[in-house]
Amino acid sequence: MHVRADQRFPIQIELNGRQREGLAEPRMQLCDFLRHELGTTGVHVGCEHGVCGACTVLVDGVASRSCLMLAVQAHERRIDTVESLSRDNIMNDLQQAFSRHHALQCGFCTAGILMSCVEFLERVPSPDETQVRDMLSGHLCRCTGYTGMVRAVLEVAQQRQETLVENNNDV
Amino acid sequence: MYMQKSIAEATVGHIGSRQARVEDAALLQGQGRYADDMATPPGTLQAAVVRSPHAHARIRSVDASRALTMKGVHGVLTGDDVKRWSNPFPVGVRAPMEHWPLAVDKVRYVGEPVCVVIADDRYLAEDALDAVQVEYEPLTPIIDPEAATLNDAPILHEGVGSNVVNERNFRYGDPERAFAEAPHRITLKVQYPRNSCTPIECYVVLAQYLPASETYDVMANFQGPYALHSVMCRALNVPANRLRLRTPPDSGGSFGIKQGVFPYVVLMGLASRKVGAPVKWVEDRLEHLQASSSATNRVCEIEAAVEANGRVTALRYDQIDDCGAYLRAPEPATFYRMHGNLSGAYTIRNLAVRNRVVLTNKMPTGLNRGFGGGQVYFALERLMQHVAAELGLDPLEVIQRNLVPAGVFPYRAAAGALLDSGDYPAAVELARRKGNLDELLQRRDQARAEGRLYGIGYAAVVEPSISNMGYITVAMTPEERQKAGPKNGAVSTATVSVDPLGSVTAHVSSTPQGQGHQTVVAQIISELLGVKLESISVNVELDTGKDAWSIASGNYSSRFSGAVAGSVYNATLKIRERMATIAADMWQVSSTDVRFADGKIFVENGPSQPFHRVAGTTHWSPGLLPEGETGGLRETAFWTPPQLEAPNDQDCINSSLCYGFILDFCGVEIDRVTGQVRIDKYVTTHDAGRILNPMLVEGQILGAYSQALGVALMEEFAYGEDGSFLSGTLADYLIPTAPEVVDPVILHMETPSPFTPLGAKGVGEGNNMSTPVCIANAVADALGRSDIKLPLTPSRVRSMIGIDEPAAPEGLVMDAPKVAGGSALQANDLVEIPAPPQQVFDAILDPETLKAIIPGCHALELESENHYRADVTVGVGMIRARFAARVALTDLDPPHSLRLSGSGNSPMGSATGSAKINLVALENGNTRLEYAYEAAVTGKVAAVGGRMLQSASRVIIGQIFTRLAQRLSGKPIDTSLWQRLRALLGMGGTK
Repeated sequence: MHVRADQRFPIQIELNGRQREGLAEPRMQLCDFLRHELGTTGVHVGCEHGVCGACTVLVDGVASRSCLMLAVQAHERRIDTVESLSRDNIMNDLQQAFSRHHALQCGFCTAGILMSCVEFLERVPSPDETQVRDMLSGHLCRCTGYTGMVRAVLEVAQQRQETLVENNNDV
Repeated sequence: MYMQKSIAEATVGHIGSRQARVEDAALLQGQGRYADDMATPPGTLQAAVVRSPHAHARIRSVDASRALTMKGVHGVLTGDDVKRWSNPFPVGVRAPMEHWPLAVDKVRYVGEPVCVVIADDRYLAEDALDAVQVEYEPLTPIIDPEAATLNDAPILHEGVGSNVVNERNFRYGDPERAFAEAPHRITLKVQYPRNSCTPIECYVVLAQYLPASETYDVMANFQGPYALHSVMCRALNVPANRLRLRTPPDSGGSFGIKQGVFPYVVLMGLASRKVGAPVKWVEDRLEHLQASSSATNRVCEIEAAVEANGRVTALRYDQIDDCGAYLRAPEPATFYRMHGNLSGAYTIRNLAVRNRVVLTNKMPTGLNRGFGGGQVYFALERLMQHVAAELGLDPLEVIQRNLVPAGVFPYRAAAGALLDSGDYPAAVELARRKGNLDELLQRRDQARAEGRLYGIGYAAVVEPSISNMGYITVAMTPEERQKAGPKNGAVSTATVSVDPLGSVTAHVSSTPQGQGHQTVVAQIISELLGVKLESISVNVELDTGKDAWSIASGNYSSRFSGAVAGSVYNATLKIRERMATIAADMWQVSSTDVRFADGKIFVENGPSQPFHRVAGTTHWSPGLLPEGETGGLRETAFWTPPQLEAPNDQDCINSSLCYGFILDFCGVEIDRVTGQVRIDKYVTTHDAGRILNPMLVEGQILGAYSQALGVALMEEFAYGEDGSFLSGTLADYLIPTAPEVVDPVILHMETPSPFTPLGAKGVGEGNNMSTPVCIANAVADALGRSDIKLPLTPSRVRSMIGIDEPAAPEGLVMDAPKVAGGSALQANDLVEIPAPPQQVFDAILDPETLKAIIPGCHALELESENHYRADVTVGVGMIRARFAARVALTDLDPPHSLRLSGSGNSPMGSATGSAKINLVALENGNTRLEYAYEAAVTGKVAAVGGRMLQSASRVIIGQIFTRLAQRLSGKPIDTSLWQRLRALLGMGGTK
């Protein structure tokens, strides 16, 4: 495809389980495309240089900085944002644990952190505290000191393991 | 006053309970509504700001003509427009200092706004930034606050004639006598650095100028104080009802920093006026770090008059606050917020204080969580530790010997603070016992016995909350205050209404940024009106066009739990009294017998009605209401405490309404090799009066503590000697991440404040005040040193430990030590060129060759012999800049040596450098070209490329000579050859 700098291209993505299409210039960042073209304002932009992690989304299931990726690079890929986590306005276990443990205050960094946690718990179902803190080190939070997040992630991991054991016992 | 049950007794959802937050569901599902998420009017344009690359320069000319021809650009706001349509911001001291929202004559700090480009979108606006031609005449900058006070220092504001824009001297008690009589005088000089709590959401402003009504309608994530609304109106030259300022429902953190949005409210209002369309501006991170706001750096010499047992009888403070390039409101408040409680938690009756406010070429300062407290306590508590060390006493004993005793509250401190309540000795005892101090002391002994560096630090802190709006006037003399009229108080507001269907809505003007105000407001109303917490709607948006507000509105000085929650309580009581009167009239009972619970209004063992029925009566059937009842159900409470009086003629000021108490201690171990400070254990004990929601209080403490860890160990806004800002990315300005934060042990006691409706005090800022100095004291203890500077980075600590560097491995050539200054770079290297020296020498002097070997050189034009003008693009890290450069070849000694130097300016900053080149003839007929260079960069390149500059400059300069080699050999040079050569010549790795 020949790409012109000032031309807008149709970008198709599977966004939170739905096929969506929008227009983007080649230089448009994915985070701007998600927020301003497609309206997923749950994606937050904190530094635009890949350090703070607020803009983290899942690209084909992998936690990625949407400020370090161009919209055109996301063409025909699957993107999941924080908006995908609850079903029918019922928060998932991780979101509920964040609330229970006061793991958020202003909530601005939270959207990205939740997405990293989602991916992490799939990769590392029974993490210890050091691993959780290491994973969280890809994010900056200025409100909480991270304590509540660590507790929430560890608790959810344990609950999921217990559920798994119970289900296996049922079988 | 409200009589509260203990936390254990608090009913779920009521005051004092660990209620989960009503804010969370939206925020966790990506449904928060932050400033950048808000709808914009059709036709809204986007702004980008042209900023100064110089710390100090005169603006010779501004030419926006090329930018105006660019695609999508609608207009460029310049200093001339700003001068035509606005006034300089009013300043809190009597000095003829002009601060405009854009630089008009001079730039005074790197990042200062110079023009605003307004375009169709943010990308296009940023494209056009580089096309605005600003010609500067660089002036000598002044960065060091002490040097800035000297007579020969460069002057920032010629109209003022001095960089010291305010000086006040204070005397309380009889300090001269106390010092004369004291057996010991112990002095310490400390510096408190610049830093910021850096919210993750940057500034956002959406402004629309409405010409028909000459109104500026602005939405911004401004946090208050709304006293600054008056400052903005003065600057915009409009009455207060012609600046409608609104805030969005959610804000991505602030911690004081979003006070600094206000100049941009004015600026974007003017930008909208310029283009006749709504204008939106979203700040980026570099703009935020270099030019939004910063804590005030302070130099303090503090001296104590001390008795043999460690009792301090007098303090002398000699302080300089560096407020940056302009004294921006509410500065010089960093000094005066803490003024009444300069004696801390101690009964020190004699004080001598000299406060000087100095301006330097740095970004202006402002509110930052713990405002003024970090600075005061870093001096005072470091001094207390130093007193103990000097006299060979236990530091905690020295603290205890000086504490305000129990049973004397409210206690009037020497400089006027009325410490409202507390039991400081009991808090110390609680900390010692429940924090297991004895065990920590044993741990230190053991660590030391093993030869490890281990120290324990303490800090006793009085945490002020609910600022007296009059404290800032202490910067003026009593005579000046007399003229200006007294200022005092702290008006808070809350509105509670019940609608025709009986649901409750509350509004507070506290503009929270994540503290959970909505939850606490709902808890109070739920308890008082007996309605379900989830059914209550709490609105925290503030609209100056229609909401109840006053100058003290906003989110600062930890005023929510004491003042705002108190007003909610008062407003809800009014509603309850009216509803009780209506019900009592209906049932012919006494209104004091009417109860509210479980969604019902009732009399014990008597009549009962659903809450919504009684509420509905006031709307649907006002004819049935008792006499004197107006109908409708909406009550606004305004509240200001009488204890917040204006400063008196002796300059005594009760600078805050409430004073919580904190006693911290910690154990740290220092790695002898790396210099890293590891927090082994941290204990923080708080008495913040009544606790309204323990979960939120814990959250505030953890958040403040973790920010304070950053202040203690990592964070600093660094400036080069040339005023370059060196912390422009979050890779350069390091803040704590999860592995660095060691959870503290948090202990509580509750001594209610007699002055607030609910007995609560502020709690959000204490650790920002106590933790940096507590850690510093532990490091002082570990190292046995008094010269502790923050942040205690590994390199700083390592230089204090004085490790003997092991000898370098054989063959390794060490980098020369970095020269002082901004981003000074230097290194040396060599290449072998397959040509004899004379040929190499001639090639360098040949313009064609020179053009070909300079990377990114678009054009090279001869100016005079061996002097050229060049047009060069250079990229470092994430930024590229096109430099208008001058290149010169001097010190010619053919064919042995010469010097290649260059200097250039670009919209991203300037660069200078020179390389000394030696040509050595080799036996094989080739030439060994040795070069040593020094370079320096300023502006944006220095700010965002800091981490990459050393390697980038090495690559770029290396390219010049590899290209020369290539050109002379006519073939690409095998780089592995260079590596082999290096190894052969014992040059090892060049990092």
